[in-house]
Amino acid sequence: MSAQAYRLERGGLVERSKPLHFTFDQLQYDGYAGDTLASALLANGVRLVGRSFKYHRPRGIFTAGNYEPNALVELRNGARREPNTQATMAELFDGLEATSQNRWPNLSLDLLSVNSKLSPLLSAGFYYKTFMWPRSFWTKVYEPFIRRAAGLGSAAGANDPDRYEKAYAHCDVLVVGSGPAGLMAAEAASGAGARVILCEEHPRIGGALLTERIEIDGRPGQDWALDARSRLQASGVRIMPRTAVVGWYDGNTFAAMERVADHLAEPPAHLPRQRLWRIAAKQVVIATGAQERPLVFPDNDRPGVMLASAARTYVNQYAVRPGRRAVIFGNNQSMETTAHDLARAGVDIAAIIDPKDVVSSDISHVVRGQGVAVVRGGRSISGVKPSGRGAKTIGCDLICVAGGWNPSVHLISQRGMKPVWDNEIQSFVPPVTSGPGFICVGASRGLYSTESCLEDGYQAGLAAAREAGFKDVETATRTFTASGPEQGRVEPLWRPESGAKGKCFVDMQNDVTDKDVSLAAREGYVSVEHLKRYTTLGMATDQGKTANVPGLGLLAGDLGKEIGEVGTTTFRPPYAPVSLGVIAGHSRGPTWRPVRRTAFHGWAEEQGAKFIEAGLWMRWHYFPRAGEGFAEATAREVNQVRNAAGFADVSTLGKIDIQGRDAVELINRVYTNSFTKLPIGRARYGLMLREDGIALDDGTVTRFDKDRFFITTTTGEAGHVMEHLEYCHQVLWPELDVQMVSASDAWAGLAIAGPKSRDVIAELVDGFDVSNEAFPFLSAAEITVCGGVPAKLFRISFSGELAYELCVPYGFGDAVVRTLAERGARHGLVPYGLEALGIMRIEKGHVAGSEITGWATAGDLGLGWMVPEKKPHNYIGRAMAAREGLIDPNREVLVGLKSLNPSEKVPAGSHLIADGALNSPEADHGHVTATTWSPTLNAYIALGVLKRGRERHGEILRAANPLQKYDVMVEVADPVFYDPENARVRD
Amino acid sequence: MRIKCPVCGERPLEEYAYRGDAKVQRPRTHAPDQANAWHDYVYLRDNPKGRQKEHWRHSGGCGAWLVVDRDTYTHEIFSVRLTKAARRRAK
Amino acid sequence: MFSSLLHQVKKFQWPLNQLSLINPNAIVRCVRQDKCGDRRFMKYSALNLLRQAMGGHKDWPRAWRDPEPKDAYDVIIVGGGGHGLATAYYLAKNHGIRNVAVVEKGWLGGGNVGRNTTIVRSNYLLPEELPFYEWSLKLWEGLSQDLNFNVMFSQRGVLNLVHSDAEVDAAVRRGNAMIMHGADAEFLSRDECVKMVPGIDDKNSRFPVYGGLLQPRAGNARHDAVAWGYARGADGYGVDLLQNCEVTGITRDRQGRVVGIETTRGKIRANKVGLAAAGHSGHVAAMAGLRLPIESHKLQAFVTEGLKPLVDTVVTFGHGHFYLSQSDKGGLVFGASLDGYNSYAQRGNLPTVEATIEAAMHLMPSIGRVRLLRHWAGVMDMSMDGSPFICKTPIDGLYLNAGWCYGGFKATPASGWCFAHTIANDEPHAYNAHYTLDRFARGYAVDTKGVGAQPNLH
Repeated sequence: MSAQAYRLERGGLVERSKPLHFTFDQLQYDGYAGDTLASALLANGVRLVGRSFKYHRPRGIFTAGNYEPNALVELRNGARREPNTQATMAELFDGLEATSQNRWPNLSLDLLSVNSKLSPLLSAGFYYKTFMWPRSFWTKVYEPFIRRAAGLGSAAGANDPDRYEKAYAHCDVLVVGSGPAGLMAAEAASGAGARVILCEEHPRIGGALLTERIEIDGRPGQDWALDARSRLQASGVRIMPRTAVVGWYDGNTFAAMERVADHLAEPPAHLPRQRLWRIAAKQVVIATGAQERPLVFPDNDRPGVMLASAARTYVNQYAVRPGRRAVIFGNNQSMETTAHDLARAGVDIAAIIDPKDVVSSDISHVVRGQGVAVVRGGRSISGVKPSGRGAKTIGCDLICVAGGWNPSVHLISQRGMKPVWDNEIQSFVPPVTSGPGFICVGASRGLYSTESCLEDGYQAGLAAAREAGFKDVETATRTFTASGPEQGRVEPLWRPESGAKGKCFVDMQNDVTDKDVSLAAREGYVSVEHLKRYTTLGMATDQGKTANVPGLGLLAGDLGKEIGEVGTTTFRPPYAPVSLGVIAGHSRGPTWRPVRRTAFHGWAEEQGAKFIEAGLWMRWHYFPRAGEGFAEATAREVNQVRNAAGFADVSTLGKIDIQGRDAVELINRVYTNSFTKLPIGRARYGLMLREDGIALDDGTVTRFDKDRFFITTTTGEAGHVMEHLEYCHQVLWPELDVQMVSASDAWAGLAIAGPKSRDVIAELVDGFDVSNEAFPFLSAAEITVCGGVPAKLFRISFSGELAYELCVPYGFGDAVVRTLAERGARHGLVPYGLEALGIMRIEKGHVAGSEITGWATAGDLGLGWMVPEKKPHNYIGRAMAAREGLIDPNREVLVGLKSLNPSEKVPAGSHLIADGALNSPEADHGHVTATTWSPTLNAYIALGVLKRGRERHGEILRAANPLQKYDVMVEVADPVFYDPENARVRD
Repeated sequence: MRIKCPVCGERPLEEYAYRGDAKVQRPRTHAPDQANAWHDYVYLRDNPKGRQKEHWRHSGGCGAWLVVDRDTYTHEIFSVRLTKAARRRAK
Repeated sequence: MFSSLLHQVKKFQWPLNQLSLINPNAIVRCVRQDKCGDRRFMKYSALNLLRQAMGGHKDWPRAWRDPEPKDAYDVIIVGGGGHGLATAYYLAKNHGIRNVAVVEKGWLGGGNVGRNTTIVRSNYLLPEELPFYEWSLKLWEGLSQDLNFNVMFSQRGVLNLVHSDAEVDAAVRRGNAMIMHGADAEFLSRDECVKMVPGIDDKNSRFPVYGGLLQPRAGNARHDAVAWGYARGADGYGVDLLQNCEVTGITRDRQGRVVGIETTRGKIRANKVGLAAAGHSGHVAAMAGLRLPIESHKLQAFVTEGLKPLVDTVVTFGHGHFYLSQSDKGGLVFGASLDGYNSYAQRGNLPTVEATIEAAMHLMPSIGRVRLLRHWAGVMDMSMDGSPFICKTPIDGLYLNAGWCYGGFKATPASGWCFAHTIANDEPHAYNAHYTLDRFARGYAVDTKGVGAQPNLH
């Protein structure tokens, strides 16, 4: 076959000066710039393009748009392989590689087409009725078998190498679709002064002006579209081709997907592959047009059967003859247009089969009153036989099907508006053509003549501008002289007479036939949703764009109802399938979430610190020295703190500055303990509850002045506590005169701990007395350090040693930590990480995130002493903490646990089982929350929660870990393993 | 949805955090005879299908707590106002 | 496909006891079906499928009748979703209460049972919930045979990935709790996780995989089939399934007892009314003057275009609050967090769509060129502690099954089973003893996530 044997010599919008090479199933072909893969395949006479899902029937190109059910290919290869790509939407580029799907060993000889022979067994829902016996066969035989058959194409096996972007746009009027109605709407709205965005799914502006032979005011439609485009550009309309508006969300927010570089072999370095737009529009004009629907007759899925409008598109836009000899079959007058357009392109019109007698009397070759009986051929077609008695087979290689139009009501449907049936035009149309924020125009609301679409679009553009706030815009009409295709009279034709055998497909991709619809109706699956779910009609990659309405027509017929009574299913976003990559944008891999680093990060990196994720933070994990592993380094850090001094980064703690006449009142209402008598210059440990009486967070409260407090929160709850305090103030107690601000990011914080920490601190402060007498435990002061750096100094301890916390402004953090490390060295000061910090808190029995879990009460945590009976305030959580369940003596409370064998770790997550009992829910009395090797005690110790735990110190339990098959015997102990008198912090 | 913060202007949904029904009233005392009132306040909700006044916070913006009058079915927003304290702060 | 079948058959050891051609359960069922024989009932089997195939499938009877409402029933269940239908089925099957109606305002199975992500598991943590969900899983394991309707329960495993030391500890604790309660659990190392789900091996990940908690017996099922199977089963016992029958009122006598309901198809009397209305529970309960500890929130679900087999298990990504599995048709099915605000709209918002797909791409960067086909939303009955209610209410004759949050699908069999027990006996079974309305007043919330009375955080 000669190259592009089906290409017309003239006309169309392909650039014959730009030939492109491509391959399909490894065979080389040529096409032109402006082609789609589908048009180029047709130009080369390739008819067989894919295989169907269930029966592996041979399939060709059926449409010329985003509703293609059959011609799906794997586009590109390797890490860029895109399965299930519609050949009708893939723009041709030089070097394009496409491969057919769902066939074995190859497309023309697909052994799995044997499924077609089994089709009587594979009726709708057959799998619900079988595969149940013997029971064990389900998991071992049937299910693997079914799952192996899943899907059409294969996903790429490697990470997507391309980049994606997200972008945001705002406008007065968004116009979706650039056909005659959309262009006029954009022009009118822009003329009225509105900021307009015009989105067009296809690469060229013009919609039906490109695919149909239309004349407007004496200009060919294709030229008129170019003129319109220039006018819009000049008036400042933002024109976005290759951009499909796929979702309409609350607040007139739209998702649009721009195919930035899909028409190139690879995106150039400066461009993403695709871009996801979020467009906030005051008004939207829906000008999405309409899509033709097929007819249901035997073998209506053969390669060579094509929608009539698609055939016109191929000759008019792409200058490709989709066949040499055509039969046209339909229920409306557009068959005449098809005959004209094809004949003009040199396609023989063998016959028009017109069962409903809709074609004008002066057209020749019309077979009236008959349907299609037999389609001859398999992988391509050779002829068709009308259903009438004695009718002869008509030779042809193309059958054009014109079953009427479906206005594109998808976006309307996404908003929950139920389309209604218009019997006159035999279409579902929007229930209203306008409403808050939107107007539907043109074919999307069932207008088909070019003139009416232009006029409708113009008026809608003005109306949208007015609604968007351009109140001076006056209603005006504009009339056009135009010629183009008409649907004309359309007659229902859901189940054409044929009298022949052969499968009549409704949903081609999912292989749903008319018999499946009837079976569903017979079995009572008569709601449209039941029909869809039982038969899978409309669930393929085209979301039933071609299949739904014929299916509803058949169901209505079976039930003896009107199609409008049967109703329609809801179209869900996205309007057309959208790659996951573009929805994710740059949020993948290491940039999925931000990384938070403290002021000391750079210094720590220089020291060779290991870091660990803590939420979004990168925290110091430990500082290995040469030859040290994790265990050695952390043990050394602990020993150094216990015996000399160490410092840790505590910048990630939440910090809130609270000021005002009622600051202390607010604080008293959100903490369990009282702060009324907290002296200036003193800090106190505080516990917050949730309103349901469960512990929310702990931290310190420091009073720097009568009306000025500084509180800290845990790292994990910093944001939550701030929100909570704002809620308490703004919503619950607006009468309180108080202001607060998060100071978490303003201050960098260091904990300096150990018996030598006072000496270290003394090296930093600018003439401030840090002696135990002048600055005892739980003191706080605002001072300067390192020669004038403002600082907050607290004498508080988490490690259980004499310790300080020092906060300096974030910008001074790096300088201060360097000074500290240098001046502290002579006192044996070392940095320590989160691991050492965690070890020391377990040794000291301090609770943290693994104990403050959202289940624990103050009592459970051993913090009952922080809930004074006499406090007068109706503080958060007080009332609900008194409920029976929260003071139940059987609650699990904090305990210490010692491994009986000093060389055995007590795994966190082990459950605590009474000694001698077997594992069972009844014997399960608690679990291990945190565990460590204690370098201080030279033993494995742990914290846990245990039913009635405070009464059980000394009891031997089994820490059972059947998951990891590892049990350890433990002794219950007081949770404070180290310095229970708390003397060291006061030294 | 897009919510028009009285301080910052109209902003997309992800800048806001949701709390819930703004109608519930916190009991004034923690006295034991208020147990039912506390239970209703913390746990029971009208949960209407339709208009509801509810608390949102512009957490990705000014931090103000807002009372949003919104339809829970259509998601139409009828009004957005600051709570009393937030109004004072905005001044 | 056939080669794979042969391969599977070869690998498979034929169990002799399974080869018996007569399945005793089937005989019992046939007898039972014949007894209620006022209609044609055709057993679903390969043999009948073959017979029907030869006859053009002309003789399949309706899966369930379309009856007119009677004046009165012993029990009315409000809500024709999975839980309501299962309740009716077990009322008839386990308790002999067959004079039952299920009233549904739309079509059967149109609520959350038909719009969820189909995951079935019992990998829970707390002793209040594990026995219930494990019982549910056991019922799932025999459900297709019990209902004579293949619900395609696929025990492909559920793997919860963990991404930090703290998450490892929490997973170990949960796995041990599961084993204590007789459920199955395994802890997988990072390498074992990657072997099971090859696409997650991304060294460049913001939060790399530390390991995972696997429940091999968990998996997923065909959601619609569950609703249809229970519907057909209940109908077989004589239960009336009343579609397009919306409840407009709950009728009570002077003592306040429930005596019936008002519907768009007329008044119907019954002394016991069970509510199983999921996201619309609050709306229906309000008809009896009952306020609930429930907010309605919407949850989105997502499916991609069909792909050849890619992921062989159900994977959850705790850090992203995200999970995925692959359906038998080949689509990747995703679920994620709530949209976050009270809503009765079955449509989601764009920020949540983006957040979900971002998590998908973080977990499996190889699926960037796979396309999202559809996303939709369901209305969840989010309770104040994230746990459900299967209980009596303060109103005599009114029973409540609600508060399923986003865990309702897996619970369907046990929920129906326990609700039927509660209605029939006027007291709960041990499995649902904790799922009462008064647990909050008493201070016994069942709060797995530990976030308190804030439904959108559960």
